Amino acid sequence: MSAYKITEHKYDVVVVGAGGAGLRATFGLAAKGLKTVCLTKVFPTRSHTVAAQGGISAALGNMGEDDWRYHFYDTIKGSDWLGDQDAIQYMCQNAPAAVIELEHYGVPFSRTEAGKIYQRPFGGMTTKYGEGPPAQRTCAAADRTGHAMLHTLYQQSLAHDAQFKIEYFALDLIFDAAGACRGVLALDMAEGTLHLFRAHGVVLATGGYGRAYFTATSAHTCTGDGGGLVARAGLALQDMEFVQFHPTGIYGAGCLITEGVRGEGGILRNSNGERFMERYAPHYKDLASRDVVSRSMTIEIREGRGVGEHKDHILLDLTHLGPEVIHEKLPGIAESARIFAGVDVTRQPIPVSPTVHYNMGGIPTNIHGEVVQKVGNDPDKVVEGLYAIGEAACVSVHGANRLGSNSLLDLVVFGRAVANRAAETIQSGASHKALPDDACAAALANLDKLRNAKGSRSTAEIRLDMQRTMQSDAAVFRTSKTLKEGCVKMDKVFASFEDVRVADRSLVWNSDLIETYELQNLLYNAVATINSAEQRHESRGAHAHEDFPERDDANWMKHTLVKVDHKGACSFDFRPVRMNTLTDEVTSVPPKARVY
Amino acid sequence: MAEFSLPKNSKVQKGKKYPAKAGAKNLRTFRIYRWNEEDGQNPHIDEYEVDMDSCGPMVLDALIKIKNEVDSTLTFRRSCREGICGSCAMNIDGNNTLACTKAIDDCKGDVAIYPLPHMPVVKDLVPDLTNFYAQYASIKPWLRTQTPPPPDAERLQSKEDRARLDGLYECILCASCSTACPSYWWNGDKYLGPAALLQAYRFIADSRDEDTGARLDELEDPFKLYRCHTIMNCTNTCPKGLNPAKAIGEIKKLMVERKGV
Repeated sequence: MSAYKITEHKYDVVVVGAGGAGLRATFGLAAKGLKTVCLTKVFPTRSHTVAAQGGISAALGNMGEDDWRYHFYDTIKGSDWLGDQDAIQYMCQNAPAAVIELEHYGVPFSRTEAGKIYQRPFGGMTTKYGEGPPAQRTCAAADRTGHAMLHTLYQQSLAHDAQFKIEYFALDLIFDAAGACRGVLALDMAEGTLHLFRAHGVVLATGGYGRAYFTATSAHTCTGDGGGLVARAGLALQDMEFVQFHPTGIYGAGCLITEGVRGEGGILRNSNGERFMERYAPHYKDLASRDVVSRSMTIEIREGRGVGEHKDHILLDLTHLGPEVIHEKLPGIAESARIFAGVDVTRQPIPVSPTVHYNMGGIPTNIHGEVVQKVGNDPDKVVEGLYAIGEAACVSVHGANRLGSNSLLDLVVFGRAVANRAAETIQSGASHKALPDDACAAALANLDKLRNAKGSRSTAEIRLDMQRTMQSDAAVFRTSKTLKEGCVKMDKVFASFEDVRVADRSLVWNSDLIETYELQNLLYNAVATINSAEQRHESRGAHAHEDFPERDDANWMKHTLVKVDHKGACSFDFRPVRMNTLTDEVTSVPPKARVY
Repeated sequence: MAEFSLPKNSKVQKGKKYPAKAGAKNLRTFRIYRWNEEDGQNPHIDEYEVDMDSCGPMVLDALIKIKNEVDSTLTFRRSCREGICGSCAMNIDGNNTLACTKAIDDCKGDVAIYPLPHMPVVKDLVPDLTNFYAQYASIKPWLRTQTPPPPDAERLQSKEDRARLDGLYECILCASCSTACPSYWWNGDKYLGPAALLQAYRFIADSRDEDTGARLDELEDPFKLYRCHTIMNCTNTCPKGLNPAKAIGEIKKLMVERKGV
């Protein structure tokens, strides 16, 4: 192996990722006086939070009666009782303060006549514990809420003089002899130089892994880097079988059309022009939760009522909303539909199909963002020095299915929580204890292997194999047969990475190498996902298993833990779902049938 | 008369040709700027033939197809592929725009692709935007207030006041506008350029912001603001349909008004 020169830096905390969660954590940590640096592979405002459209949920009650307890109930029901109820209470109870904080930071929210933050209906958001009318709970900046939030959070980072290392790619986590996470080895993409960021705490805010699939609303950069780092370190991931398909990705292109379209009154129609959601969700219709709507659309298509030449998609009709509402509330999707579907939404429906959108699973954490593992009989053993937040994490507030507009909330609530926790537990300026001599050995061996990879298969070929396998065998509906076949295929794809080829040998901005690292991360996530799906013999939330069509609370109301070894082999364990609430301000919701 | 000589490696040369696979019928040629400081070569234009029957509709689709199938060393930034992250801004068919929302069919003849003009190039289509980002930070782009906000509620803002932010807050910092501006090409170190100035006006226009005086003071400088000569390249090229030139005009108007001229 060649000798690599490594520049060492010392911080109190290193944050990896500069999306909504990473930025909120970064300037929160800086504000607490901790010496913090944020490593990000893209300039912060390029992070995928920017693409969130519809809004951020909080029971502000600006547009009708609301209560954070209703939000708590809806989130549990949305999660199909796999969400941890203490974490859900923490998120929903803190939501109003989190959104008001964002407004104070300058987020340009749309406004009501009274000048308050505008709120729109969203799927699964109801009042009176699922008995009342739909809630107007989703706080919106037109249909560009993620963009407005991400830019504002970056602006706050500038105001707090937070430190960034932009276009730095995290290669591997670095642990001390006791197994505590003490830093990150990273590559400065512009220079091609190696940097060891030593720290008392590392916060992973690396987002989801939508690009494990062929068609996703996710950006090219959503490659599950945090999950890959954690899995390579031998730690378990949680609930990876739960992958959300958003009902309305633009057919073909996969670009997101916000659920806010249906919140504003848009309707899904089949080839007969029928508003079919009335049959599947009589009460909330098009505003049922995403897993329910995506399955209903898939059934319509299967039964021959899809539209288009191949009868393989559905129409989203918003022509009745009128140009004024579209211009004021939905200008962004009007632009996307014009560019990517050639549709004038004031006159024509948008062709849509269920599209991979969000990963409920991820790195298991407690409500403070501390990464936890099951050790012996303790299901909540904290991994010292390691934190995870946002889509990369699995707190779990989303359980088996996330409600729309709960993810932007998740980012800021837990971004703030992790900053508070780190400030409590890390002493600023504490000395950095010596690392073992071989602390970077595995990371450097991996780098050396990938930099010089001379195999027969390109990164793009292996990636395409993975994406096609996941798309066909870990889809909206799953069967024992397709999952078993998919696991075998994914094993082969994972093994084929040994034969990868990197053609670009340069140091400066070597995107061939970076994409290969990203593929490696994706492969760990993909293998974890399809194997976790194969072993869960029930249907819950986004995991719809046709051979086990019912939810099985007696056997399966538990979190899957999966470890992936360096050959791609998976081993499983489980953690209980936390049914207890944090305080007695709200009562735990026991499982019941889930009807919208 | 003064004589100038260009740096030795500044001449753009002809590069390699990559023909499409035999049998492809629906061909378009992409002429792409390549430069890698490590190989010591001059910049060159490589030509790639792409079979449009197996390529998506956007220029970014073609770039990714080339990177995936022909030449994985081709280097460019990309992320969201839907025109909201601003990563893939480049000069296509003579105009600065986003590769992900630029339809190949809207390009004339061979599709010429260069990095954003007049920026230092890191590699191929990747410009160094450090100065651009520093200029953005220099206008202190965050809400500045003296009055404390209500502790448990949002600041109120009328729908009309909020509407004044439309056309301003949507900027994605792609740098297409600033790097299309001749004045920025000439004085990019001292003139802030249309993107930063659009954001300066975004906060001036926000009814919640209470620091307009200081914001105008910070721009009162022969270069930062006044090197805008209303050339309008910024507005013509903005891939999001925004109008930085108008925002700059509004700032200049406020400067005049407060002098009481």
